[in-house]
Formats: sequence, C-alpha cells, structure tokens
Amino acid sequence: MTHFTRSTLAAALVASFAAGVPAMAQVVAITGGKVFPVSGPAIENGTVLIRDGRIVAVGSNISIPADARRVDATGKWVTPGIFNATTSLGLTEIGAVQATVDLSARGQGDGFTPSLRVWEGFNPASPLLQVTRNDGVTTAGLIPRGGLIGGQGAVIVLGDGSLGDVLLKGPAAIFADIGSKGSDRGASRAEVYQRLRAVLAEARDWPRRRDRFDNNESRPLAARPVDLDALQPVMRGEIPLAIDADRASDLVVALDIAREFKLKVVLTSATEGWKVADRIAAANAYVVVGALNNIPRDFSTLGARQENAGLLQQAGAKVVIAGGADAFNARNVKYEAGVAVSFGMPWDAALRAVTLTPAEMYGVSDRVGSLQPGRDATLVIWSGDPFELYTRAEKVYVRGVEVQRPSRQDELMRRYKSLPPDYRKQP
Amino acid sequence: MRATLPLILGAATLACATQQPASAPAPRPAPATAAAGADTSVKAAPAAGALSLPNADPFPSTYHPFPSRTTVIRNATVMTAAGPTMRGASVLMQGGKIVAVGMNLDVPSDAVVIDGTGKFVTPGIIDTHSHLGVYPAPAVDALSDGNEATNPATPYVWAEHSVYAQDPQFPRALAAGVTTIQVLPGSANLIGGRSVVLKVVPSRTVRGMKFPGAKYGLKQACGENPKRVYANRGPSTRMGNVAGWRAQYLQAEQYRRRWDRWLADRKGEPPARDLGLETLAEVLRGNILVQWHCYTANDMEGAMEVADEFGFKIRSFHHGVEAYKLADILAQKGIAASLWSDWGGFKMEAMDGVRANLALVHAAGARAIVHSDDPSGMQRLNQDAAKSIAEARTLGINITEDEAIRWLTINPAWALGLDDRVGTLEPGKNADVVLWSGSPFSIYSKAEKVWTDGALLFDRLDPSQRWRTDFELGFVPQVEGGR
Repeated sequence: MTHFTRSTLAAALVASFAAGVPAMAQVVAITGGKVFPVSGPAIENGTVLIRDGRIVAVGSNISIPADARRVDATGKWVTPGIFNATTSLGLTEIGAVQATVDLSARGQGDGFTPSLRVWEGFNPASPLLQVTRNDGVTTAGLIPRGGLIGGQGAVIVLGDGSLGDVLLKGPAAIFADIGSKGSDRGASRAEVYQRLRAVLAEARDWPRRRDRFDNNESRPLAARPVDLDALQPVMRGEIPLAIDADRASDLVVALDIAREFKLKVVLTSATEGWKVADRIAAANAYVVVGALNNIPRDFSTLGARQENAGLLQQAGAKVVIAGGADAFNARNVKYEAGVAVSFGMPWDAALRAVTLTPAEMYGVSDRVGSLQPGRDATLVIWSGDPFELYTRAEKVYVRGVEVQRPSRQDELMRRYKSLPPDYRKQP
Repeated sequence: MRATLPLILGAATLACATQQPASAPAPRPAPATAAAGADTSVKAAPAAGALSLPNADPFPSTYHPFPSRTTVIRNATVMTAAGPTMRGASVLMQGGKIVAVGMNLDVPSDAVVIDGTGKFVTPGIIDTHSHLGVYPAPAVDALSDGNEATNPATPYVWAEHSVYAQDPQFPRALAAGVTTIQVLPGSANLIGGRSVVLKVVPSRTVRGMKFPGAKYGLKQACGENPKRVYANRGPSTRMGNVAGWRAQYLQAEQYRRRWDRWLADRKGEPPARDLGLETLAEVLRGNILVQWHCYTANDMEGAMEVADEFGFKIRSFHHGVEAYKLADILAQKGIAASLWSDWGGFKMEAMDGVRANLALVHAAGARAIVHSDDPSGMQRLNQDAAKSIAEARTLGINITEDEAIRWLTINPAWALGLDDRVGTLEPGKNADVVLWSGSPFSIYSKAEKVWTDGALLFDRLDPSQRWRTDFELGFVPQVEGGR
C-alpha cells in the first residue's frame, strides 16, 4: 500500500461506503422488452432479472422466481442508463450566479490544480439531478473546468442520498486543457505544451525526489507538492489524463505527450478529431466528442463537422459521445448520440458511446454501462428508441431503485397547465 | 409623398422611400419585385428621402431570385403548414412560386421531377432570432458587431450594417432547411437597433441577401442583460429599464407629432431628423415590428405596459422562458412568442424554463414560434419542436405535427410580417421548400434539398455544388457529404 497517496486512500474509503444502498431482498423481473445489453447483441422479448439492486440474469429464457415483482416492458426498449461523461451536474445550478457554480479552482495554482477534487462541491439537492434522471441519464462524469490541469473528476450515479451514496469513483480522471483555451490565457501553444511537460516531468520524478524535498534539499518545484501527489495515479496509468483540445495539431501533441509519459489518455472536445482519427485509434486513446456542432466557432475548430463521432468510430477510436455539458441540459446527451447516427455512426456504436464506453474510460464498467449479471441495475425502460425525440424514459432505475419523481420543471408545468385558482385569469 | 431633406452622416444613397409598398397586398409581388429593389443607383432627386415616412427604405434589397427550373416533388408526405398533412402528394414550383400542391397535379413536361417517396416536404424554416453575420464564426473581436453597447438606447443602429455576408454559419443554416432569418442586434441594450430580414443565400453584399420589402424589426431587451451591461451608468435595475424605454418613447411621441404636423402641409423647413427617434416613431406608427427579448413573466408584463402606454404593438417576445405563465395574456394581446424548447438555467431569469413552453403557449391560443439565438440550434428548430410535443403529451396536451410545423414556418413568417409571402406551401407563395429525408420531427432526418424562390440552393446529395463562403476557402476543409 505504500504507493497509495492520501487522496486515493480517501477516495477508496469513500467508494467503499458508496457501494450500493438499494432496497434489500427485492427481486424485480423486467419482461417482454427489447433488451440492449450493449456488451452483447440485442435480445427481443428479453428479461432482465434484478436482485438487491444488481442484475442477476439477462436473456430470453430466464426463469423468473416466484417472489419476483414483474415489470411488463412489452413493446419497450431496455438499455443501461445513459452515461453523460462530462457534466457539471450538481456543480452548477445557474450559470450566471457564481454562488451556484463550483467548477474550478478560481485564481490559484497558476493553472495547475490537479489536487482539486471537484466532486467535493457536489450538491445532492440540485433540482437538476431530478430533471436529468427523469430523462434516462443515470450516470455522470463530474469534471472540473479551467486551468491547464484543472483538477480531478469523478463518476456518480443519479441516485438518492449524499455524495458518499452516489459516488462511484473519484478520482476517475484528471482534466487538462491545451489548445485554444490555453492560448486564451495569453500563452502561446508552444508555451502551453512546455508548461504541461514540465509539470508532468516533475510529477514523474516526484516519488524519487520527495524525500529530498522534505529535507529541504530540492530545487524549486514546477508545481505544488499537493498537486504532484495528486498526479501520481495518472503517472502510474491508473486513471487517465483527459486533455481538452480541438485543433488537429493540438490533438497530435496531446497524443505525443501521453506517449512520452506513458499515460492513459482521453481527448475531450476533439472537434477536428476526424482529421487525425487514425492516430487517435492507433494510440488506443478514448475520445469524447459531441455531435451537434458544425460551427467553426474559433480558429481551433475550423474543421467542425457533425460526422466527427462517426468518422472517429469508423477509424477504430474508442468514442464517447458527450455534450449537453451544462447541467440544465445534461439530459440531452442522448440527442447528441441520435445526431451522430444521422451523420453516419452506426446506432449500436452510438448507444455504446453513451453507456459502456464511458464506463470503460473511467474504469467503472464493472458497475455500470452494460446489462450483465453482476452489474448494478442502473437501467432504463424506454417507450422506444432512446435517441428519438418523442421517446420517453418510462422507468429509470439506479441500483434497482426507481428514481423518477416530479422535477421542479414538472411542478412548474403542472402549475401552469391550467391557471391555478390563486393566479386568477386577468379580465 | 416626397420630402426634401438634408443628408446626414454623409450618407450617399437615399433611395426613393415610396417605391415599395409597406406590406405587399395581393396580388403578391412577382419576382420582378426584387428587380424593383435592385435599382441601387443613387437617386439624387430632390424628393428622395427615407425620412419618417412609413417603411422608409433607404437601403432596399438587391436580391434577385437564383435561376430556377420548373420542379415537381412527387409522392412525398407534404406538410403545408396551412392544412392537414398530405401523403403521396406533389408540390409544383414554377417561376419561383408554389403553383400547386396536391394529389393529381398537371405537371409541365419540362419539369424536373424529384422522387419524394418516403420523404417529407415542408416550407422553408424561418428563424425569428439570429445573430448570423453580426456575430459570425469564428467568434473574434474583429467581427463581433452585434451589440452597440455604448448606450442603453441605440435605436439609431441597423443590424444590416454589421452583417458579414461571408459568415460560414449561413451555408450551415441553409443546409438545415432554414431559408429566412431575422438578424437582430444583441441584447445588451434596452433598445438595440433595427433588425434585418435576410434570405439565407450566397451574396457579396448584405443588400443582396435582404428579403425584398420586408419590414424592419426593432430589437429591445428586458431584464438582466441591460442592467448588467450598464450597471455603472444605469439602468442598473428593472425599474431603471422600464424608465429607460418610457423616456425614449416620450421623445419619440414628440418627434412623431412634430413630423406628422410637417408632413400634413409640408410648409417651411422640415424638422431636424434624428435617426434613433425616426426608428421609434416608425414603431409608434406600426411600421416597424417590435421584437422584444424578455425572459420572465414580470419582464414581459413591464414591456406590455410600456407598449400599452405608448400605443404600439409588440409583435413577438423572444426567449420568453416564462411565456407559459402568461400564455393567455399573450393570446389575448396577439403577441407571438419566439421560444426554445429546453434552453434555460444559464442565468437567473432563465431558471424557470420548461420543455412544454411552446406547447403550453400554443394550447392557450397564442402564436408559438421556435427560435434559436444560436447558429447550432438554428439547424434543428424542428427537433426542438418535437421535444416540446413530447413533453406536452406527458401533460395530457396533444399537439399535432400539423400544428407544430406552424411553429417553424407560418408563425415566424407572421412575426416578421411576411406571412403573405412565405411560411406555407400554398399556391402563390414563394417557393421556399425543404425536402427532408424523413419526418422533420425525427432526430434522424436531415434536409436533403432546399429551394429558395424555386431555385435549388442546397442538395445534400451533390457536395460539388455546395455553397462555401469566402472565409471557408483554404481555412475550412472541403469535405464529402457536407458537414
């Protein structure tokens, strides 16, 4: 255990408390639906058997225990819960009200704050969590914003309870940002790469240098000790470094840096990823992209196109579809997947890109992302194709517990559907 | 109705203001209308002047319809926005106009025949709220020309003078079936300036994109934006906002009276012109359509009070995330609501956004419009409509697609004062037509072909003919299959 840092130890402790609080000794059989396990082919008229919040069987010929509560999903589609890999859910409520925005290390660390554990500011009482899970999004990556290395992200499920109850894994990745946003801070590209390399080199050498530093024998460090500690899981390849970049050349640099330091790498945003899709695939990198945007909104995204996700997938890259990054519309990630399909991505691949692939990317595929025995029963019964605009998430389960309830938005709509008596009609 | 007035600001061109009628009465303007507006020669005639006359039009459109061929789309599902969906129907376009829509059309032998089997046809999508050209891509300060944020009231600016015609967002909008847009100044100011209605067409000049004969809109903005931008000099509160509009319209009333008096007998020196008050006077006369950015119910209430006090109409609220709270009042006052389905939460005044907003406003009898305020959202207004239909169903409100297609076409056409020319597939209307690969309410459907005034301007199946702006050359890779 010697190479456990304090932060990872703490995370492990938190994670152990988080392990499942489903209604106990409950058996639920979801029957008759079209089941998409994602880890295997679709099953017509399939059954998903759930016991104590976990999936115990998936198939077309499952014997259903007598004590099982049956949920008829005839004519419905059953999928793992949708996983939005890069959100600010519970970290931001109203974008322009700073008191409700807890996304970043504001004004510390010279852009390097890998020790920031952004999920610690998570607000389990955010009304947007209910809005989001009502729409079938059950799992979320909580990621920091800003900074060259802005901090650590985590994975939560959108179940009930405190942070400890819903945290699946933290840290799940550390988030860096090169390219246009780095340049916006006034640094040139080469300068951004130089600073990133310097910090990573320091982090690589840190376990050997630490004693000398503690004995005051060290030269000045390129980053704070607390941040060098925090980078160790990344340097050991236990969790990925997610690097945000858009221009193809920036993406290539990100891959180069990852190779130099033998890191697991995730590319986020990656607007021009399609131009270097083969290299991304060859590097075995994950790539997190949206599908709605085709606007060359800045000089780093001139190659923006809606085919990006499909072209990356076709080249063999491990594609995660994200988007709807703001908390209010984290629910809309499934429409990004739908648009990716309409611009060339196979439907099955798009479903994987919002379920199992993000789970694998963050190292939580033993819990979520597919419908297999042993996985959490975090899944959705849909009225039809989950990507279609008319489809509703009819039942949403997180670890076997149904989590749909009227959201704040539902209450507003119901209130105004017909004017309530105390809001009398105007003459 | 002519007046001799001094040129100001060195403006070189003052075309005759009365050559184009305010709102085209039937018969609808023939293609030649564009030619009428095409005369850009400086009219040095002593009577020239745009000045405080109804629909003064000093910078008329020079748009000409693109060459078109007689075209029939056969055997498609046709959503006319004027009646029930027709399956297996045909749409005939000739001379830039819709000539016939129906089951058994007499089609000229030289017509281009498009097989619409399995496909859908709708009118061109119209977006009432866009900043294309004034906030072009890429977003750099050098091209950021949408907010004259130097004064809370700038009724004297005209959005058309900020439009960058080579904005690469234009061809992307067209490729999504958007054929007409209103480009507005931004929302920093209480009174942001005149809008311009553009056709989404390639052009060297902005005037070459202007919708011939379209009325101007006036952008006004409620709520947080003006009070944030002018926090230090005022207005810094909502009451300051309302006082700001009232002060401007008090001046405008006086200005209008002064001009009306002079126009009645044209004796003596005409009153001095004021570009800003001229615009506001046209609002008071009903010749400029007020397009008012307001999010909350209370902000809309304040806006309606100002409009009532000064006797002008609000044509459309924009954004209106709380429009559902006042839907019956909007219906009663005949105010349209340009809305999103599910944008919200980004600021306090957007917090109460709900997905059924469009549907609730529609169900109350008001004109619901899907708008974008965003170059990406503009490309899927149809999808936004579908989201609101779906949400409404959960509330037990059934909106048909025939109703919802109006949110994208004839309702925005009305908000721009163009409902007699575009917005439906009816004989005599401009042939602004979209052929969709499937139902426009499916996420998997794309605009496959787009005609403007009968001319095929976008064909997804023929990338070689793709419109590329000057900006894109060399910067934006040309790709197969579009983007």
